[in-house]
Amino acid sequence: MQSKLCECGHSNPYGTSLCQACGKPLDNEVEVLSSMRYEGSARRSQTYKSTIVDRVWNFFSSVKVGVWLIVTILVAAAIGTIFPQEMFIPPNVDPASHYESEYGTLGFIYYLLGFHNLYGSWWFIILLGMLGLSIIIASLDRGIPLYKALKTQRVTRHDQFMKNQRLLSVSHDVEMEEIKYSLETLRYKVREEEGNLFAEKGRFSRWGAYVNHVGLIIFLTGAMLRFFPGMYVDEILWVREGEKASIPGTKSDEGQFYLENNDFILEMYDKNDKKFNSALSSVDGEVAKNYQSNVTLYKTEPAHTIGEEPKLLKVKDGVIRVNEPFKFDSFALYQTDFKLNEFYKMSFKLEEKSTGKFFGDLTVDLHEPETEYDLGNGYRVEILDYYPNFVLNEHNQPATVNNLPDNPAFVFAMYSPSTPKGEKAFVGIQKNIESGDNQFKMSFAGIETKDLTALTVRKDHTLWIIALGGIIFMIGVTQGLYWNYRRIWIKQNEDGIWAAAHTNKNWYGLKKDLEFLSDKTNLTPLEDKEIDSIK
Amino acid sequence: MSELSSTLLYSAFIIYLFSTLFFAMSISDKKQSKAAYTKRWGRIGFISACAGFLFQLGYFITRWIASGHAPVSNLFEFTTFFGMMMVLAFIILYIIYRTNGLGVFAMPVAVLVISYASMFPREISPLIPALQSDWLKIHVTTAALGEGILAISFVSGLIYLIRTVDQSVSTKKTKWLEIILYSLLSVVGFIVVSLAFKGTGYETSFEMMNENNQPTKIVYEMPALAGPANGKQLDEGFGPLFSTPSWMNGVDASIKLNTFIWSLVAGLIIYGLLRLILRKRISAALQSKVNNMNPELLDEISYRAVAIGFPIFTLGALIFAMIWAQQAWSRFWGWDPKEVWALITFLFYAAYLHLRLSRGWHGEKSAWLCVLGFWIITFNLIAVNLVLVGLHSYA
Repeated sequence: MQSKLCECGHSNPYGTSLCQACGKPLDNEVEVLSSMRYEGSARRSQTYKSTIVDRVWNFFSSVKVGVWLIVTILVAAAIGTIFPQEMFIPPNVDPASHYESEYGTLGFIYYLLGFHNLYGSWWFIILLGMLGLSIIIASLDRGIPLYKALKTQRVTRHDQFMKNQRLLSVSHDVEMEEIKYSLETLRYKVREEEGNLFAEKGRFSRWGAYVNHVGLIIFLTGAMLRFFPGMYVDEILWVREGEKASIPGTKSDEGQFYLENNDFILEMYDKNDKKFNSALSSVDGEVAKNYQSNVTLYKTEPAHTIGEEPKLLKVKDGVIRVNEPFKFDSFALYQTDFKLNEFYKMSFKLEEKSTGKFFGDLTVDLHEPETEYDLGNGYRVEILDYYPNFVLNEHNQPATVNNLPDNPAFVFAMYSPSTPKGEKAFVGIQKNIESGDNQFKMSFAGIETKDLTALTVRKDHTLWIIALGGIIFMIGVTQGLYWNYRRIWIKQNEDGIWAAAHTNKNWYGLKKDLEFLSDKTNLTPLEDKEIDSIK
Repeated sequence: MSELSSTLLYSAFIIYLFSTLFFAMSISDKKQSKAAYTKRWGRIGFISACAGFLFQLGYFITRWIASGHAPVSNLFEFTTFFGMMMVLAFIILYIIYRTNGLGVFAMPVAVLVISYASMFPREISPLIPALQSDWLKIHVTTAALGEGILAISFVSGLIYLIRTVDQSVSTKKTKWLEIILYSLLSVVGFIVVSLAFKGTGYETSFEMMNENNQPTKIVYEMPALAGPANGKQLDEGFGPLFSTPSWMNGVDASIKLNTFIWSLVAGLIIYGLLRLILRKRISAALQSKVNNMNPELLDEISYRAVAIGFPIFTLGALIFAMIWAQQAWSRFWGWDPKEVWALITFLFYAAYLHLRLSRGWHGEKSAWLCVLGFWIITFNLIAVNLVLVGLHSYA
């Protein structure tokens, strides 16, 4: 396609509607003012419309399509808050029945449509992807030609361009030097050519939209990178007080990190505290003041061979509180949850039922119970079965829900010199089932508990990209919305001095500048054509 | 210190009311809009708005000293602060545009927001661990400032609609405009009934089952129109006309619904009385008062408010929010309802700014959008905390 030569001598790219240099409409049908938004520049989407690629490009470059995408995402996001998303419902319930039982038929439909996992659904991700594409294509389609047009613009503009501006006046007997001086006091950048003036201010604000779009794309890219291996770790770590546990996701060639929980601290506000007295007395129960884990970080020796008991080297001590994660390497540990007083050790005594005499005691570690406890003098106890979290299953058989000792139960076999074959007893919390003629029983002697802390293990190598995107977005959006691009053209014509002005936004501010100008000089106040048409 | 703080807030409130009055005296429906008294009352109105703001700033600082943390940690404190930021936003935009008419509407809306806030528990409460962070003050104040500025775009848009919508015939537009004014009056209704029943000390209690199927006693401070689902009234009080649907969650659901219905009823009564007195649509009565205002300028103000407020809102309600969420909850984004509604607000105003690129969306359409935007902001402020359950529902 050949370029278009304007009468001013400038050669414009094919598809240009206003000459890049002098602003003359290159076609008779061109409306100057409405073309000003993108300087009448040759946008691909307005120029090429035949092939499939053109059509895709034109679809995504449309602001209208972009707005529709934004609105669709907005509505979808709102629908996702009508009922809680799947990630917020209790973890042990079946979502299929939960939504119906909690929210009735609407809840059931919500679940059927997949709205319980809306933000992770394929169509929501596709919408976001389309918005990203729209941002890129719309910016390229406008930004590049706009840049070229603004760079090429000349001081002297074509009469037709001037005449069609929204703000216009014709004056006589005006000192150009005075105007120039006034414009400069308003901090305009003034250029001169053949006795004509061109003043501009805040051109950089025109790039705001494109800068913030770049920021958004970087942000979205960062959010996508999470799905690449090695970029992101999200694990949960439960550690009992006084114990060490390997930190999931932290294994590398240099070794594996371990964490010791020295102490878990839960503090509540004092109800008698004068400051918060009236607020605290109006709530039932207590208000938490602090959740804190005191920890020590260890690392295995580099030359650790698998299978061998790892040798741990202390790295550092630390404190983890809500809002104060513990950082090491590229990881951070966050205080997420806790469990107070988990059963840890249970003690029993072997008791002769007829006499009430005790024959030694034993303490069972509920996480690693031994199979046999020798009490001396021929007395011993075996653990035949252990159910850390006891329930009766559907066949009415003893079973365990999981490995957490929340409701421990044992089948003991008790041996003594008088009962060498052993007597069996089932012992649980407030349960003691035995065959009736047992001579001995296990009597409960005490329990030890421990606190647990739950920490989120997080590595996120995408954060800096997301932060960069956010910063660029903020710069762009501020630059585009807090400044505006004001232009004033002063042209000497045969019938007097023509003045025209344009801005991309904040006409009120531009008019104030022009008022200042006509106050300080002999310039005829510029008239606003649009106001006239409204009145 | 906390008594001083309350006194300062109360004084600010009264001064705002006077400021509204002064601004109202400055506008005239006569032809000579540039009259001297317009200027004088406008200046007095503006000075009193500034004075009120300083008093409220005093409340903010003294309450901060009294509690030891930035007073933006519960619904009372946040909503009060939001009202204060609306006043600040109005002051900024007044300095730019010098429009007295804006004060006539912006000040009472701020007054309404602050009185609504004071219906929530006002005690100084301690911070739960999740809130113990410097980001509390940074995130919440910035977000509230952004929302305050965006609220001015609503005020300006509303005046635009009152000024331009044709009131000679009843149309869909006039009806919607009345609905907007009615919903503002319902807030007045809420305050009136709350104060009235508090004044009489009315109480009626129910026994119902809570989430864990334990019997719980709940106390209504207003006559029960909507009783709790499967609740038993424990006294001879005015008895519930119907019961709250069981899908509404939480022990307090029926109380909230009951208060909501009372507010709507009271709003309707106030609205009805006004209609009887004025003998025309309220917006029609207001229209004659704003006839001298330039619609083009109103459109400009409301657009400018979005242009100023949008970056601040984004910074406070999304970016600072994400930084804090990363620190407190280990993830910067978790699709919590409050986060989602902040995103919805962001998307809405982003759509607005893009629509402003095309000529057809200036003026009236733009004004309707600003009204809708304010609805989204208040929905996020109120409904998400009170109705949708999530990480932010600690008020």
